[in-house]
Amino acid sequence: MSEPERSVLEKRKEVLDKLRGLGSRIYDQLERGVFPFIEMPVRSTENIYYDHVLRQFVLGDKRVKRSSRNIRHLKPFAQLVWAALFSYELTSQRKTSTLRDVYYSAQAYEMTFKDQQESNNIITDLETVLGYSREDFSIFPEERSAVFGDLTIRYTVPGYEGKTLNLTSHPDGVMIGPALTSAEFEETSADKVIAIEKGGLFTRFIEENVHKKFNAILVLTAGQAPRATRYFIRRLNRELKLPVYIFTDGDPWGMHIAMVIISGSANAAHLRDLTTPDAVWSGVWATDIVEYKLPTDPLDDIDMKRLYELQKDPRYQEDPLWQREIKTFMKIKRKAEQEAFSRYGLTYIVDEYLPAKLEETGQKGKTK
Amino acid sequence: MAQATFEEISAADFFYRNRDIAGFTNPTRAIFAAIRELVENSLDAAESIKVPPDIYVRLSFEGEASEETQIYRLRVKDNGTGIPPQHIPLAFGQVLYGSKYKLKQQRGTFGLGGKMAILYGQITTHQPALIISSTGGTRIYEYKIMIDIQKNRPVILDRRITLNKDGWRGTIIEFTLEGDYLRAMPKILEYFKQTAMVNPYANLTFVDPKGRLYIFKRATATMPDPPTETLPHPYGVDVELLQRLIQITTHGNMLDFLKNHFHRVGNVTAKRFLEFSGISPSKNPKKLSHDEIVRLVQMLRKFKDFLPPDAGCLSPLGEELLRTGILKELKPEFLAVHQRKPATYSGHPFIVEVAIAYGGEISQKNGFVIYRFANRIPLLYDEASDVSVKVIESMNWRRYKVAPDMPIAIVVHICSTKVPYKTVGKEFIADRPEVRREIANGLREVARQLQRFLSRREHADRDKKRLGVFSKYLPRIAEFSTKLAEKDKIPDIERLLRNVRRYGVE
Repeated sequence: MSEPERSVLEKRKEVLDKLRGLGSRIYDQLERGVFPFIEMPVRSTENIYYDHVLRQFVLGDKRVKRSSRNIRHLKPFAQLVWAALFSYELTSQRKTSTLRDVYYSAQAYEMTFKDQQESNNIITDLETVLGYSREDFSIFPEERSAVFGDLTIRYTVPGYEGKTLNLTSHPDGVMIGPALTSAEFEETSADKVIAIEKGGLFTRFIEENVHKKFNAILVLTAGQAPRATRYFIRRLNRELKLPVYIFTDGDPWGMHIAMVIISGSANAAHLRDLTTPDAVWSGVWATDIVEYKLPTDPLDDIDMKRLYELQKDPRYQEDPLWQREIKTFMKIKRKAEQEAFSRYGLTYIVDEYLPAKLEETGQKGKTK
Repeated sequence: MAQATFEEISAADFFYRNRDIAGFTNPTRAIFAAIRELVENSLDAAESIKVPPDIYVRLSFEGEASEETQIYRLRVKDNGTGIPPQHIPLAFGQVLYGSKYKLKQQRGTFGLGGKMAILYGQITTHQPALIISSTGGTRIYEYKIMIDIQKNRPVILDRRITLNKDGWRGTIIEFTLEGDYLRAMPKILEYFKQTAMVNPYANLTFVDPKGRLYIFKRATATMPDPPTETLPHPYGVDVELLQRLIQITTHGNMLDFLKNHFHRVGNVTAKRFLEFSGISPSKNPKKLSHDEIVRLVQMLRKFKDFLPPDAGCLSPLGEELLRTGILKELKPEFLAVHQRKPATYSGHPFIVEVAIAYGGEISQKNGFVIYRFANRIPLLYDEASDVSVKVIESMNWRRYKVAPDMPIAIVVHICSTKVPYKTVGKEFIADRPEVRREIANGLREVARQLQRFLSRREHADRDKKRLGVFSKYLPRIAEFSTKLAEKDKIPDIERLLRNVRRYGVE
């Protein structure tokens, strides 16, 4: 039943080819006796544009040449080639690593990075050069997000190849790590995905059998969704054709967690396949705070400043919903957490709020 | 009035009462001043006959004088001209003895220093001074003398004549004095070092009371041309000098007097000046009243048509010798020396020589090491008040890529028939605009050369560092890309490194 955009194995082969290609290009340049160089798009803000078709930020045409002829570029250049080799070895041996690992591994090659930030930047450079996100070449963030629901996956990681797992098999959910990210989807009975910002609510939903009652796959983003999770949500939406509903806290930060799942971030403008443009933010809206008379806290200065920023953000121009909610937040100057519904009893959110919102935003989702 | 005072007490008495002005302020300064005065006399004595000076100085401990001061015996021996026997008692036993009616560049100003040292020794220890001298003839003369302070006369206690079998020429002076060597030691050693720097043709030996031997060897036998004697320039004349000239003149009229006693005054200039000042050319100078003398000095200064003084009477060290001296004492990594063209202030010709040295034995402190010299004498006190220091401080050194923490020494040497000292102590040069300008221009010249050196070195450093970076990372790039491309043979990067070495690339 699954129709992957392209299979996990194919993608890995592409990435390995790209990395090897990078090595060959540099090798050939050296063979010809020229200082090797690499070209890549500029990542600074003046070269980041919002693409209304892709509904995400993309990089413009400006390109930068990194040449080993330039003494200032020489060290980063060597670091980049090292990072490419490191990723190549990881990916071809089907191992994974983290950004922190990269920082320390470099020292084994006497390619020390000044600090974590320097090594992170080199990895982002490599993403830009290759056009793949680092998860694709086996460098993962610390895992913290999870998934729960009736979805059977088949592992591709060494030692587990071919093994299957149903994601209801562990009541705390299954961590969205490298193994799950690289797994193929087998089958599911779910007809929607519900992404939840906070662990407490995710657990409540499992306890209250939301996955059964609403026929849903539950995803815990644990705050801002890691890129592996965003990629995973995208796959659920694209490969399994499941609509995605996002529930966050009712404040500018929660709203933006939903937005990044939908339209991605400026930091990832050099990458594709991390967005789910058809996903919808189902709550908690500012208008919900009013309508459900939720207990609130006042918006502080930082919250207000964030709202003004978001108001001008092109991602928030796409759907009138965003501007309406931003204005309402500004008007009521209050915010509410997902847990605020508990004032009406622990199950109120599942019994009343969730069906109402799914109904409301689902309509909208279909008309889109 | 000072003049009146001079009539009432003898010159020796005057200096006895005012020994501060000659630098004998306290036991520390006194021992320094005594050594300095005698060494300078010795240098002059050798230079006047174009012999590279060989000077031996020994200071030995004689006993305690008080809790803080000791008695020392000072012996200074030179290979200079020597003193004719008939002049010995007066030369060392009478203050202000000597003819100073002609001018030339000399280390001492009053012909006073050596005698002051002996006088100070006599005052503090009541011992006679021993003078041994020969002009290189068949005899050596030894005198034991004391100074009768009230009468300003030498008292000869003993006199001996020995045969000069080895043809020795020179002078030995030995006497005892009170002092504080321990406190004076740093300045004395600094004095020898700096003297060696501006007298690179001299051998200086110093044995201190602890028996430590300090030797400053000459680095060259070349000596600067000795100064020629010159007449005073009319712009530089004061009442005192004019009175002395009138006393000794043999000319009976003003025209001849002016023509024969002043620098760059000929028949035409003398006549025009007399016309300008309304003085009769036939007037006998000895008949001038005190008021007329005062007026004459004023007119000499007002008259605009005197020719500027000629610098032939000056004996600068010269760039080559200054270079030799500094290289010898500081062993710098870089050195630039520059001699300015002669200039004048108030009728006195002067020449400024400057040098800037970097690295070597120059200590790295916050700020420059400044060496000041006047007529080849190191100036060691009152640095902050000196015009050179003011010029150095007012310069924008950053323009020359110079940072305050660099090991830099600056040498300023001014030579003149009359060094514009600010005080009688002869320790620092007054801030005269003419002098200031010459020092500033000279320093700018050597600073530019230093800047070129620093830039070149910075470039060389940068190139070396650059090559280091390329040598470190290019092989890595080659290694990693070879593995990444799954090739076996690592590409040859020697060609690229050669490019870096040759062209420096970007």
